[in-house]
Amino acid sequence: MVETSVNPVKKLLEATEVDTRILGMVAVLGLLWLGFGIATDGAFLTPRNLWNLSVQTSSIAVMATGMVLVIVTRNIDLSVGSLLGFTGMIIAVTQAEWLPALWGYDHSMTWVTALLVGMVAGALAGALQGFVIAYMGVPAFIVTLGGLLAWRGAAWWVTSGRTVAPMDSTFQIMGGGPSGSVGELATWLISGAICLMIVAAFLRGRHLRRLHQFPLRPVWAEFVLAGFYCAGVMGAAAVANAYPWPSRIAERYAQAEGIPIPEGGLVIAHGFAVPVLIAVFVAVVMSFIATRTRFGRYVFAIGGNPEAAELAGVNTRKVILLVFTIMGILAAIGAAISTARLNAATNAQGTLDELYVIAAAVIGGTSLAGGVGKVAGAVLGALVMQSLQSGMVLVGIDTPLQNMIVGVVLVIAVWVDTLYRKRSSL
Amino acid sequence: MTDNQQPLVEMRNISISFGGIRAVDDVSIDLYPGEVVGLLGHNGAGKSTLIKILSGAYPMDAGDIFVDGQPVTIHNPRDAKNLGIETIYQTLALADNVDAAANLFLGRELQSRWGTLDDAAMESACRQVMGRLNPNFQRFKDPVKSLSGGQRQSVAIARALYFNARILIMDEPTAALGPQETAQVAELIKHLKSEGIGIFLISHDIHDVFDLSDRVSVMKNGKLVGTASVDVVTKDEVLGMIILGKCPPQVEPGPGAVATDMSIEEVC
Ligand SMILES: Nc1ncnc2c1ncn2[C@@H]1O[C@H](COP(=O)(O)OP(=O)(O)OP(=O)(O)O)[C@@H](O)[C@H]1O
Ligand SMILES: [Mg+2]
Repeated sequence: MVETSVNPVKKLLEATEVDTRILGMVAVLGLLWLGFGIATDGAFLTPRNLWNLSVQTSSIAVMATGMVLVIVTRNIDLSVGSLLGFTGMIIAVTQAEWLPALWGYDHSMTWVTALLVGMVAGALAGALQGFVIAYMGVPAFIVTLGGLLAWRGAAWWVTSGRTVAPMDSTFQIMGGGPSGSVGELATWLISGAICLMIVAAFLRGRHLRRLHQFPLRPVWAEFVLAGFYCAGVMGAAAVANAYPWPSRIAERYAQAEGIPIPEGGLVIAHGFAVPVLIAVFVAVVMSFIATRTRFGRYVFAIGGNPEAAELAGVNTRKVILLVFTIMGILAAIGAAISTARLNAATNAQGTLDELYVIAAAVIGGTSLAGGVGKVAGAVLGALVMQSLQSGMVLVGIDTPLQNMIVGVVLVIAVWVDTLYRKRSSL
Repeated sequence: MTDNQQPLVEMRNISISFGGIRAVDDVSIDLYPGEVVGLLGHNGAGKSTLIKILSGAYPMDAGDIFVDGQPVTIHNPRDAKNLGIETIYQTLALADNVDAAANLFLGRELQSRWGTLDDAAMESACRQVMGRLNPNFQRFKDPVKSLSGGQRQSVAIARALYFNARILIMDEPTAALGPQETAQVAELIKHLKSEGIGIFLISHDIHDVFDLSDRVSVMKNGKLVGTASVDVVTKDEVLGMIILGKCPPQVEPGPGAVATDMSIEEVC
């Protein structure tokens, strides 16, 4: 059945069975980075900028993984930006006002309690919207458009519009920065562990295929693919470790810890930022849910043919309710990252985020017609969007022009995607 | 022949309306173990609607359903499946964007020890059932959207067969199949019958229905014209029931039957 091609590139693609869409996105991202790198005389490609880029992408990437499921079920969620504002405000008030009144400041349980309260609030808000959509039959577009207004109002209502700051010191770790990064050693260890998991996943996949006598990939193709993934992880680790703490902060830290400062200054590497690790973790979990669980299977089946899913015995309403509940939880995680990064919660937080989140999912190959989408694609989509934005800032393009470019890029991306789908008849 | 047995399914005085249309009007049919009942009628007679009530797709407006003599309530397709009722829908009801195995097991996925999907086991089971039904079928990795009409129908049939139904509803199961595959389905129906499974068979091919069924029930404009054993009626008489709603004298007329002395001109 599989025709081996003479063209070496085609042969490589066939043998590795790699997703050409995702590969295309990686290529686009590479070109984008190269272009901005040249346009900014390398400033874009410095470890510092790439590290910041990764942190800025985290919050949108977290929410985009959930938006994939929402759009795959033929729905939309316009409320995520406002939900981020609302849950962010709740998280901030919980740790800056409610809990200190109970426990005093800087209690060790404050950060996790605030995070959980926010996630529960997000889950309830999402479930409420999901209930109206699934059980009362109001279109998601309308329900979440209402949510866009209502949750923004609710965010204001939590503190009557007052900005809440500062955040708990442990909580701030979730936002990145020197103290919100895991450092050089941990970064290498984490990367090593991830590479081991990648290799294990490949071995297991091969074992399962052999067990059921399905065709195996050629061994060299397995090596190329696994090597490519591991190189990506190790490359990211190297970049994160090449970005040292600002010397003033490093000196202050050395003084506080009583470490002697060596000649030529103390160099402490950032390593991976905590919000980036959170985003990666969320993406892995969401990808697992989408592809390896019954729930994920139902999400896709509903997107393909809602009636068929119902007739097959799937409780489609419950699935939709859960999808929106998950979206609410992810908005709260996005809110935790962004409040921790800002070290404050403001009333306007997350404004327009819904558009970036939807754009990330769609650029990442999620079809608005439903039934098709990948979590990894959405994360890449978020990275593409953020690269475009921060690249344009570095190049010095005016804000109005930036918006126009992002808008045009979104339309072109979806157009290219439509062409791709027609050709692959998928 | 099955007089002394208890019916597997009994649908009594079933009615359902869509807006102003009485799609099914006071219809009663039954089915015994190991029996095939052919459901006949013109387009729009209400056959699919009637069986969709049994399979849980539509809630009925009035009527009663009995399974093994016990009254049952069927609110949704899950209820029907729990009663051992499997359905091959006229529209096939496949999720186009996922592959054959995913459709076969939709709603009843095989899971590993960890509660994750066991895709390999599902694909391997799918290869087995499909091998019996449509040996030429090889496209297990492709979304069913890209399959031919007959291949899609094979997937829908495989799904109904795999889960050991006691009551099987087949709504035009061979409409898209080639002669070889149709013959295979006919063999299958005979085999299932011998295992004591009851089958409602809807088809427009009156020859097929006569070959496979023990009894036929004819519907017209949502009403039951009559039910007859295939041994006591001819094909022409059944055609008369379908087209004119005219019950032959040896068949007990249902609510949809017209008076026997009425001629064709009067009906039209
Ligand atoms: N969901 C629905 N909404 C509105 N009307 C419907 C619906 N389903 C069926 N009907 C109507 O009910 C009547 C019976 O339709 P049904 O599909 O049961 O016919 P059928 O006997 O299966 O016909 P065919 O041989 O064409 O499959 C038709 O008039 C149809 O228009
Ligand atoms: Mg029909």
